[in-house]
Amino acid sequence: MVAATSRQRIGVRCLAVADDRALVARLQAGDEAAFVELVRMYQTRLQRLAESVVSSRSVAEEVVQDTWLAVLKGVERFEGRSTFKTWLFHILLNRARTAAGREHRAPPLAAEDLGERFDSSGAWASPPVPWSEEAEDRLVAQHLADRVRELLPELPAAQREVLLLRDLEGVSAPDVCELLGVSDGNQRVLLHRARVHLRQKLDLEMHS
Amino acid sequence: MRLRFWRRRQALVCREAVSLMAAYLDGALSESDRKRLEGHLEGCPHCSEYLAQLRVVIDVSGRVAPEDLDDETLDELVELYRLWRSG
Repeated sequence: MVAATSRQRIGVRCLAVADDRALVARLQAGDEAAFVELVRMYQTRLQRLAESVVSSRSVAEEVVQDTWLAVLKGVERFEGRSTFKTWLFHILLNRARTAAGREHRAPPLAAEDLGERFDSSGAWASPPVPWSEEAEDRLVAQHLADRVRELLPELPAAQREVLLLRDLEGVSAPDVCELLGVSDGNQRVLLHRARVHLRQKLDLEMHS
Repeated sequence: MRLRFWRRRQALVCREAVSLMAAYLDGALSESDRKRLEGHLEGCPHCSEYLAQLRVVIDVSGRVAPEDLDDETLDELVELYRLWRSG
């Protein structure tokens, strides 16, 4: 079921890309309704992403508004070499980093730091208690999604940015590397650490 | 000696299996590592469950909907659009 829903989501994302292209073409032609539609689709997602970079909600709001202005200024030159979503996120992240006063630097990572415990032979010190099948229930999955939303703020910023882009927004690994200026290996380790952290928290949730 | 080395290359312990899972989920493992991991997963219910739980994390993260857009923000952005168009 998990695989089936993932496939459905990929299908939905392909449709979203096609919708974006049509909306961008209308925006380039000066159609206000297309702008409104894009704002409806992306405003709160941009706000969520901005808040993962800057600490203050009000600064994040300014960053998002500034991003929309940059879209209006630049959309005539947008040629669709990347998807609209990637272009939009690129503008937002650049502005958010400037506002936060920091360049994005991935911390040094030890890929072997797995976040789980093993004994000296490399076997599980405490094997995972099974619950993945229970999560196939739609209501359980929605409850876990609500928990993930609550848990996002406690992830370190670099992990949260990668997780937001990859798993919440469905941005591809190569596009995430370009957006965040990290290597493929680093984005994967950051993403894995974020997933491991969330798995541990959901594990507690499923036991309680 | 060579045979022992070859066997060690073939068999994975759980720690190694977990270390390969991030790249496995990205489809970024080499053919030989993918086969070694899948071979380990066939015989290890713990690692299979762990991978299944990571997939649940990915799946439920994809279900986290953004907040609803409030009318005031939408109105402000429409005003921004009109100012830009008139300017």
